[in-house]
Amino acid sequence: MTSTAGSPAPTAAPTQPEPGGRIRRFTRAERLVHRTTGLLMLLCLATAVCLYIGPVAQLVGRRRLMITVHEWSGVLLPLPLLLGLLSRELRADLRRLNRFASYDRQWLRAARRRLTRPQDRPAGKFNAGQKLWAGWIAGAVLVMTATGLLMWFTRLLPFVSRTSAIFVHDCLAWAVAVVLAGHVRQALRDPEARRGMRTGHVGRRWAQRHHSRWLTDDPDGTRTVE
Amino acid sequence: MREERDRWAQGAPVGRRMLLGTLAAGVAGLAAAPYLQRGWEDALGAASQHDPTGLTGLLPDPGGFRYYSVVGSVPRKDETDYGLRVDGLVDRPRTYTLPDLRALPQTRVVHDVLCTDGWRVDDTPFQGVRLADLLDAAGVRSEGAALRFTCFDGAYSESLTLEQARRPDVLVALTMQDQPISHAHGGPVRLYVAPMYFYKSAKWLSGITVTDRVIPGYWEDYGYDVDGWLPGADRGPDAA
Repeated sequence: MTSTAGSPAPTAAPTQPEPGGRIRRFTRAERLVHRTTGLLMLLCLATAVCLYIGPVAQLVGRRRLMITVHEWSGVLLPLPLLLGLLSRELRADLRRLNRFASYDRQWLRAARRRLTRPQDRPAGKFNAGQKLWAGWIAGAVLVMTATGLLMWFTRLLPFVSRTSAIFVHDCLAWAVAVVLAGHVRQALRDPEARRGMRTGHVGRRWAQRHHSRWLTDDPDGTRTVE
Repeated sequence: MREERDRWAQGAPVGRRMLLGTLAAGVAGLAAAPYLQRGWEDALGAASQHDPTGLTGLLPDPGGFRYYSVVGSVPRKDETDYGLRVDGLVDRPRTYTLPDLRALPQTRVVHDVLCTDGWRVDDTPFQGVRLADLLDAAGVRSEGAALRFTCFDGAYSESLTLEQARRPDVLVALTMQDQPISHAHGGPVRLYVAPMYFYKSAKWLSGITVTDRVIPGYWEDYGYDVDGWLPGADRGPDAA
């Protein structure tokens, strides 16, 4: 999920012994949180398409079932992360995502100028794009959950009309769909980042290249494991 | 160790600001929605008039109808196999074919269509047979108090009280927007209850049964109001 636009060819196949070895990036708890959140998000999106896009709605129908799956996958969406707060490593990563260092501003400037070389885009364990994405999607999910609950339980806040809640829910849904597509696109471009989320480990070379400040400024937990 | 951690933990809390900013935008959006929505509807309504691709239909609140069905697939019916059964607490139960319905006096009602999901279509003309006429022809017995509507999708149902059903703006509709009602819009025959939310206007209507009490319809079993009056609807028996 790293935002390394235009990153070069995939790193060496996992069967080859890697120069520099592999280092730990995500714990099992973190990967589980990511996986369940992703699954719930996909359920939400798929049922949303069945409810909202006319031709798909005509094909699928079963409105009551789609509504039930959509409501429950939506209301459960924040839960994996909340449970994940029990994990110390996940809390530490949230702190990393929260704080912006000076090199993060440099990364953003480089992104605006479309500079793609890794040395133009310094990053800690997470780059500036990932930090913005994390903050935004967390807020967006909360707004989606809140407006969804307002549609579900119409008498929750009598001064907010259901129509208004639907309007915000629909507009933000499109924004989430577009930004999420960007998230997936970045992941598809970077097999090593995906491997990090799948296995929990990444090659030290990849980390040096794309997350140099992680190794130098924040070496916590970056011991070589292989 | 402590010092090293601090080095990456001391910058501005941009992530938190991003999160709170998004929340604030959501609240502001809710507050501004009634105004934004009017402007949006007007702009989009104008745009969708010249949109051969139909893409404007995907945008939030596009105006125009949306397709809702509670089952996987709905059979198609036409002149050859459509029938509307009127029965229950009546003296003369009867099944109407499509030509039968077309031969009866037709009434035209122009009213705004509103869905509980927020979309609306202003000034939509419907035409068909007044439900009151069908009830008079069937001869409702004195113990009849309400109607139960059933549909040939095999699942949907709706209800009205007799008093509501006899309003002049309640139709067994054969045309919408001056076209025969298409299958996607609930054709060939649907109910149209002008003063209520559109879920009360059952699509694919196939049965009208007079009952001695209101039997709640499909969505009403899931918490919708049994009386789906629109805001500001005149609820009197002789309204419209």
